[in-house]
Amino acid sequence: MDTRQSSLAERHAVADGQPQVKFVTRGVHVYYGEKEAIKGVSLDILNNEVTALIGPSGCGKSTYLRCLNRMNDTVDSARVTGSILLDGTDIYDKKVDVVQLRARVGMVFQKPNPFPKSIYENVAYGPKIHGLATKKADLDAIVETSLKKAGLWNEVSDRLETQGTALSGGQQQRLCIARAIAVSPEVILMDEPCSALDPIATARVEELIDELRENYAIVIVTHSMQQAARVSQKTAFFHLGDIVEHGKTEQIFTNPREERTRDYITGRFG
Amino acid sequence: MPNDHIVTSYDKELENLRSSIARMGGLAETQIAGAVDALFKRSAERAEQVVEADKALDDLEIAIERDAISILARRQPMASDLREIVSALKMSSVLERIGDYSKNIAKRVTAINESDNFRIVRTVGDMAHLVQKMLKDVLDAYIDQDAVKAMDVWERDAPVDELYNSLFRELLTYMMEDARSITPCTHLLFAAKNVERMGDHVTNLAEIVFYLVNGEILEDTRPKGDRTSFTVLRPNED
Repeated sequence: MDTRQSSLAERHAVADGQPQVKFVTRGVHVYYGEKEAIKGVSLDILNNEVTALIGPSGCGKSTYLRCLNRMNDTVDSARVTGSILLDGTDIYDKKVDVVQLRARVGMVFQKPNPFPKSIYENVAYGPKIHGLATKKADLDAIVETSLKKAGLWNEVSDRLETQGTALSGGQQQRLCIARAIAVSPEVILMDEPCSALDPIATARVEELIDELRENYAIVIVTHSMQQAARVSQKTAFFHLGDIVEHGKTEQIFTNPREERTRDYITGRFG
Repeated sequence: MPNDHIVTSYDKELENLRSSIARMGGLAETQIAGAVDALFKRSAERAEQVVEADKALDDLEIAIERDAISILARRQPMASDLREIVSALKMSSVLERIGDYSKNIAKRVTAINESDNFRIVRTVGDMAHLVQKMLKDVLDAYIDQDAVKAMDVWERDAPVDELYNSLFRELLTYMMEDARSITPCTHLLFAAKNVERMGDHVTNLAEIVFYLVNGEILEDTRPKGDRTSFTVLRPNED
């Protein structure tokens, strides 16, 4: 593992108009009570890139993901140490407004979880509570752009008052992505966003992820190795609360340096 | 491979692929020896055997291709497994090609035999011997996953090219001296060219083994030693 070296190279790349570092995380530990779930993870998340976190169940990849917008705060026994900087600011600083943070760092979950409200309200809710739009016309515009960016507009434009929960699973997930986009986030976290979707809906979401990359930094946790290989530019392999290997996706999947990575991605893990 | 797959049938499929390649390699070696043997013994019968035996190589290539595609489709192989399958695909087509060259040499035996007094130049045998040894070693490198050994083979193509260059000039001289030798000399020249090409293909195999082991594609910077494309011999010159 040479995250320190690669992050240096990436910072050099900024000068050449390459992706810039969005998140710098160093020595991140997470404890659930006595149990140490993450054991000092250091990783950089770059803008305009998809970073995939892979690893067996319980390896800490979702826990790490949830550190990035302080979702672990909602777990009483969870304790996070180490430094997590978003654009250079420590997101665990007392002065940080968690609600604001979660608007900047949006999240999409494994199971589509639209609010039991209309499609329109699902998307408009965030901008409203964050005061991004007060006039109806502005809100309409945000709803339309968000649904368009999420690739859902053409399918729902004539029935925005329908319940979000009435959509198909794939549409619901894209609605949740639209909802996340509506508050103009900078980073989108996705925790197994396709595991409840059929292959066609999965392909749509993957296509969407690739488009969203233009404007956001995306971190995706996935159990599907093929999905990680398809959608991401960087891949980090987690095992037992540590990052075993982190690098360019192509390299990880054709020529991993670590035997444990090789064993996992080729299906040799005992 | 140090660890087995969780799905044991996957291991078996990869193992089959490896042993099919090894079998193809063994056959290709035998074919070179057989073709050259037929040439020097002037045995049409032996040549016929070589031509017949080429079918087995063709069949194996198709079987390997089918198996490899099936694994790709069903297992979505990654990392060393992916390299293993891609390598098997490429190696099988190279080995099939090497077999074709042996077959072509064997086919020329009858025509060369027409000329009773024609002496088969020993250099062809020397070239074939070198190439056969290279092929054997590259197959060992494949089975042992030994990139160093593969690179050693890679560098051994130059002497084959050198022999070919000198043979080319030698045969041109014979043809200038005696017009009756043109037919057998031309056939022999083609046979030698076939051996020279086999050597090139063996270096491709070495590159594939290098990729299989190291995961890095070797840029083809090997100097080409066959200079006969530029060789001119003028009559009435020293």
